[in-house]
Amino acid sequence: MQEAMINKAKQLLADGTVNRVIGWKKGEFVYDITPAIFETAEELDADFVYNEFTAANVSKYLVKESKKEGKILAFLKPCDTYSLNQLTKEHRVNRDNIYVVGIPGGPKLDAEKIKAKGITGITGIKNENYTLKIETVYGEQTMPFYEAISDKCASCKSKKHVTYDELIGEDGDVLESNRFDMVEKLENMTAQERYDFWRAELSKCIRCNACRNVCPACTCEKCVFDNPESGVENKAASNSFEENMFHIIRAFHVAGRCTDCGECSRVCPQNIPLHLLNRKFIKDINSLYGEYQAGEDTTTKAPLNAYTTDDCEASIVHERGVE
Amino acid sequence: MLRIAIDKIDSLFDAIAEKQTLYIPVDREDGAAEYKKYESGMKMSNSLNTLRSAKDFFFPQTENLVEFKMEGKQIEVKDIREESEDFVIFGVRACDARSFSILDKVYLVDPVDSFYKNRRDHGVVVSMACTRPAETCFCSAFGIDPTAPEGDVSCWNDGSYIYFEANTEKGKAFVDSISSLLEDGDASSLENVKAETKRILSLLPLSNLSTDSFGGDKLNEYFNSEKWAELSESCIGCGTCTFVCPTCQCYDIKDFNTGNGIKRFRCWDSCMYSDFTKMAHGNPRISQLERFRQRFMHKLVYFPANNNGEFGCVGCGRCLSKCPISMNIVKVMKALEVK
Amino acid sequence: MQVNDNKEFQPLIVAFCCNWCSYAGADLSGTNRLNYPTNVKIIRVPCSCRVNPMFILRAFQRGADGVILCGCHPGDCHYTSGNYFTRRRMTLLFSMLDFLGIERDRTRVEWVSAAEGAKFAATMNEFTEAVKKLGPNRRLEDLRCKKQ
Repeated sequence: MQEAMINKAKQLLADGTVNRVIGWKKGEFVYDITPAIFETAEELDADFVYNEFTAANVSKYLVKESKKEGKILAFLKPCDTYSLNQLTKEHRVNRDNIYVVGIPGGPKLDAEKIKAKGITGITGIKNENYTLKIETVYGEQTMPFYEAISDKCASCKSKKHVTYDELIGEDGDVLESNRFDMVEKLENMTAQERYDFWRAELSKCIRCNACRNVCPACTCEKCVFDNPESGVENKAASNSFEENMFHIIRAFHVAGRCTDCGECSRVCPQNIPLHLLNRKFIKDINSLYGEYQAGEDTTTKAPLNAYTTDDCEASIVHERGVE
Repeated sequence: MLRIAIDKIDSLFDAIAEKQTLYIPVDREDGAAEYKKYESGMKMSNSLNTLRSAKDFFFPQTENLVEFKMEGKQIEVKDIREESEDFVIFGVRACDARSFSILDKVYLVDPVDSFYKNRRDHGVVVSMACTRPAETCFCSAFGIDPTAPEGDVSCWNDGSYIYFEANTEKGKAFVDSISSLLEDGDASSLENVKAETKRILSLLPLSNLSTDSFGGDKLNEYFNSEKWAELSESCIGCGTCTFVCPTCQCYDIKDFNTGNGIKRFRCWDSCMYSDFTKMAHGNPRISQLERFRQRFMHKLVYFPANNNGEFGCVGCGRCLSKCPISMNIVKVMKALEVK
Repeated sequence: MQVNDNKEFQPLIVAFCCNWCSYAGADLSGTNRLNYPTNVKIIRVPCSCRVNPMFILRAFQRGADGVILCGCHPGDCHYTSGNYFTRRRMTLLFSMLDFLGIERDRTRVEWVSAAEGAKFAATMNEFTEAVKKLGPNRRLEDLRCKKQ
């Protein structure tokens, strides 16, 4: 796949369709891959990589990149195309300046999950028939492939590219996913259990703001949390209130716009399952206002920008489920 | 050398915790390790290092400084400083142990930071030599020997015993206070353990990382490097690297209006943030490139320039494993390095 | 406003009322000499749609034990559709608060027209009683804001 992508990129650079390429650059180890922009065939040959660890969603970089001179080639996984479509809908990117080549997506692996098994000193990782053979300075180790799959891929919602100019490989389908299982499990707990669950999770927060900064839906030029006049903390993990405030509002601001790409949880240095907050909103929107998948198209109105005169009343929250 | 059998370590922890607050690294449900206040029954983590660094003990993420109360035209200033309690941090790795001496260079020079000093005076650092370094480790590049960690007391683990050696007065007093639980024993097995760790260190992918081309005298050369644009282009401007870093020491001071007074507090700041060092006229570093450059210039150039060549990084590798886009000091050093 | 400390718990209720209907409704209940508890502190907003979710959280931070949002009946909004947006937003916000384990009965949306002074008073009486039963807000409090 990597080779086909490099060839495609070289061809599009050579025929002048695009003048740069956004993709992934290899790092010091097998797993530390950085999103990067390539301008020449030599750079592509030297550093371009696409493998099980290229989980990063590059669509947010296109907000800036698509405003620059010339067209940029973006290799997008199915989930990334949802993000791009949503950005197109919100007029945050100039879609005309982007040449999208759809590529097959995951499942991607999470190096943290390999390390959590106590495997360390990693120098190489190979996938052989869904068993990972991991070379380490302490000798070779193995673990099942599926145990290292990143959370965002474990509950993949779609293998379909919703926007592209060209595809490498076959397009897939929207999947029946189990992504709301954990949300449902929480909903069925008592309020006290839910409170304890979230207190334990959110109290880990170090307010690094990675969840916000990586989110393709968070594209405000200036975030409300960065406004010193707003009276809310932008970097101090002061107390439980600030933690709740930040995470409620972060999820709320992308409600109806979040495509569920899972980047927030992927980047969280404290492994807080932040996507559950976003999925709660998605699940509520689906059940209260009709099925809606952000980023699926570029025309429909976002659920929080729309209404019907017979919407349910807020009291529905008080009437359902476990207290 | 004084030692205790590993299966008796719980009784040692219990004994320490009886006299003062003890923090040990423990495993969290998600597999990461973190320092927790010891309570009977807790098991010490076997993982190489904690997710957050140990700097939290001396330089917590948020800390209240002073309070103000207004009544009519009267302002009451309340000094809320309190003497810190005595505490022991057990199992600090060599990288984090060195980070304290770097923080000391910032906070214990004139003007002395009394909040930091207070905690530093009351904390005993018990370090633990590494036996299973990870691929992200590069402390050797900064002259740190993970088989001989600094700290008030250094410890080694040979698989069956933990050995203790005091390095400071405070450390001696600590070892004396637990000496009834320790026995004198032969420490020759440690030589093999150390040699094996050193062998592993030489196999690590970053073992040949060199700091030779960095230092205080390279300011203009690196500041004006054209590489920063490419290096910083994918930085998302979050504060992960700075918040997991054991040596990042910048903070911001803020006032919180409680509705019936003001609480002035300080919190960690990150040079990656748009409001870093923001002043009345605005921000001196307006692009992410400048903010990104600040972090690495500080660690590799500015800090050594002001501290006799000592670098502001200890090679713990936290930023290597935690950066959302895997851009880090090693990649920066390799890209900038002038051969 | 927690006087008579050693007697029963007196909750602080913040009521966001839209200028055109609910605030006038509150006025009417006053001119009609209808009683509603002094626990209720009204904040007038141009439209219920003005209420940012942060306002609700901020009220809890600053010591509210219950927050109620009142606006024109659906279809009667002075700005034609503001309250429809409010309805969706608050439904989702309250659902999220519930998801985080914060007592759902501390929040409420109620539509009160300018002619419904009696409904305003009844709503406030009822809501205050409900919050009183829940006791002080602990799960969304900010200890820094507690009076010392």
